[in-house]
Amino acid sequence: MTRPLPRHAAGPPPIAEPQLQPVIRLVSVTKTYGSDEAMVHALRGVSLEVAEGDYVAIMGASGSGKSTMMNIIGCLDVPSAGQFLIDGIDTSSLDEQQLAVVRNRKIGFVFQAFNLIPRMSALANVELPLSYAGLRAAERHHRAEAALRLVGLADRMTAQPKQLSGGQQQRVAVARALVTAPALILADEPTGNLDTRASHDLMDVFDRLNVAGRTIVLITHEADVAAHAKRVIGVQDGQIVADRRLTGPDALPPLLGQPAVRP
Amino acid sequence: MSPAQVFRFALAGLAANKLRSALTTLGILIGVGSVVLLVAVGNGSSQSVQNAISSLGANAITVVHTEGAAGTTASTTAGTPAGTTAFAEPQNLTVQDAQALAQTQGVASVSPAVSTSETLSYGASSDSASLTGSYPSYFPAEDDTLSAGSYFTTQEVNTARDVVVLGSEAATDLFGTANPVGQSVLVAGIPFTVVGVLATKGASGLTSADNTAVAPLTTVQDALTGFGTLNDIVVQATSAALVDTVEGEITSTLDLRHHETTSDADFEVLNASSLLSTASSTAHTFTVLLGAVAAISLLVGGIGITNIMLVTVTERTREIGIRKAIGATPGVILAQFLTEATLLSMIGGALGVLAGVIGTRFTIVGVRPVTVPLSIPLAFGVSALIGLFFGGFPANRAAHMRPADALRYE
Repeated sequence: MTRPLPRHAAGPPPIAEPQLQPVIRLVSVTKTYGSDEAMVHALRGVSLEVAEGDYVAIMGASGSGKSTMMNIIGCLDVPSAGQFLIDGIDTSSLDEQQLAVVRNRKIGFVFQAFNLIPRMSALANVELPLSYAGLRAAERHHRAEAALRLVGLADRMTAQPKQLSGGQQQRVAVARALVTAPALILADEPTGNLDTRASHDLMDVFDRLNVAGRTIVLITHEADVAAHAKRVIGVQDGQIVADRRLTGPDALPPLLGQPAVRP
Repeated sequence: MSPAQVFRFALAGLAANKLRSALTTLGILIGVGSVVLLVAVGNGSSQSVQNAISSLGANAITVVHTEGAAGTTASTTAGTPAGTTAFAEPQNLTVQDAQALAQTQGVASVSPAVSTSETLSYGASSDSASLTGSYPSYFPAEDDTLSAGSYFTTQEVNTARDVVVLGSEAATDLFGTANPVGQSVLVAGIPFTVVGVLATKGASGLTSADNTAVAPLTTVQDALTGFGTLNDIVVQATSAALVDTVEGEITSTLDLRHHETTSDADFEVLNASSLLSTASSTAHTFTVLLGAVAAISLLVGGIGITNIMLVTVTERTREIGIRKAIGATPGVILAQFLTEATLLSMIGGALGVLAGVIGTRFTIVGVRPVTVPLSIPLAFGVSALIGLFFGGFPANRAAHMRPADALRYE
């Protein structure tokens, strides 16, 4: 079931593995905070599989547990009970150091607040995950430039975050998320701090990334953002209450290439 | 992740808050600088005392008159505290004592001496100097050499002539660059003819060994001090090897003559090597004390590093969260913040060494500091360790932050 990390591949590669191992697999995951009377049940047994190439929106009001889900899917936090596998790796057996490596290799994050590191150029921000992966400078540079070109920021590579608009900062964050070619791009309210126009541009980037084969999980409470996904999952009170498929995992994203709706 | 990359991140972290980094560095700079400088001051004063003592002459033994049974004077010779319940009256140290000592085996010369502080004047200039009355043998015993003229003679001692040999500083103070030999100076109003000028000996601890004047014993006793006790008797042994034996002989001879026991002696016998060991142990204590004060300021600088790194880690909690989210391992975060702290302390240490070494070029409260070479790598090394030690706690805190919490931090 589990597969070793790519760099430590030992023994024969799995040849005839069953078709399409899920990128994410949650089995009866619960998460509680605090103890005894003050205990908060953030997740009450969530089971979910996301296939490679899928484009999933997780919707829910604040307090529904979607942020906790995002933390667990992003390996930023560990489940209290249940099992979570990413790209076939069971995270319950991993220590802090190994979780960091999984985040680096398997996941690309896009946050609501952009979360670029200040006083570092766009290019340096995008290179950062590659630095932590141990790549050499020339290779880092090459791949970070390619990623920035992909999100349409070829001309702003040397700009610092504060010199960029919100939309541009978020596209730098997307470039940083995809530069390691992760199994999963995980976006937490990516349009939450953007205006309509920038939101549309960003969703367009996500749509095109999905077409290119990237698996994307979006966490949002906006219906028109969720409408870009192929599958929409509703979360409420720490449980999945809805799972609606808009289009198949191998189909094109439903809103691909649609013109922006002008307010 | 390469060390060079970690180093670059650390530099960027420091550059983000230049004023704060500079002030923290200043704390270490002052600490390291004061260690280097104060140890040099201690060492310098110890060396100048040692030089002064060794200039007394290795073969010289000095018998110093003490108040003995008067009980008011603290005799400092180990094992012979001034007796306060003595039966014998304290006796004067006399020329007869000196003559008795001259009979002792291994003694080359004996110079009884009186000393007083007098005002010397020549024309309009005057100078307060220490005036010693003794024999011509006093000069070689004290390692004095002439720069002009000659010493006074035994004949002049016997006839109590008003002649004087000036120390180099006294000569300069009175005559400037003119040649004093043959001139007449007034000592306490009495005219003395200058017959010679001594070569410069240099400072001896607190007083200058050059601001002196030496005249025949008889003259000084006649005119100034009277015929009471001698202040001291300078005995010169025939060789340095005999100093300890001669010292013992002197003590027993004088004990006999003064009917003393060692518990109520009215004299003390000193030689250069015993003075030297006393002085160097004093100087050592002094150096250790100064070094300890400086080390405390280094410690305070180190606590400054902990403080500022804690602030930095708290301030950059979110950045740490981001770095962890995109794959920084705890080890890499630890390395980054430890490198920042160590850079702060090592830059401070390097500048401190520089400041300390520059400081040693100046004379400080009359002491010419002499840098102890070992203190430089030691102070610098300790400053680097301080960065590691005092930066360890904040860096560890950063390394083990929970990424989910760190990202949520506002």
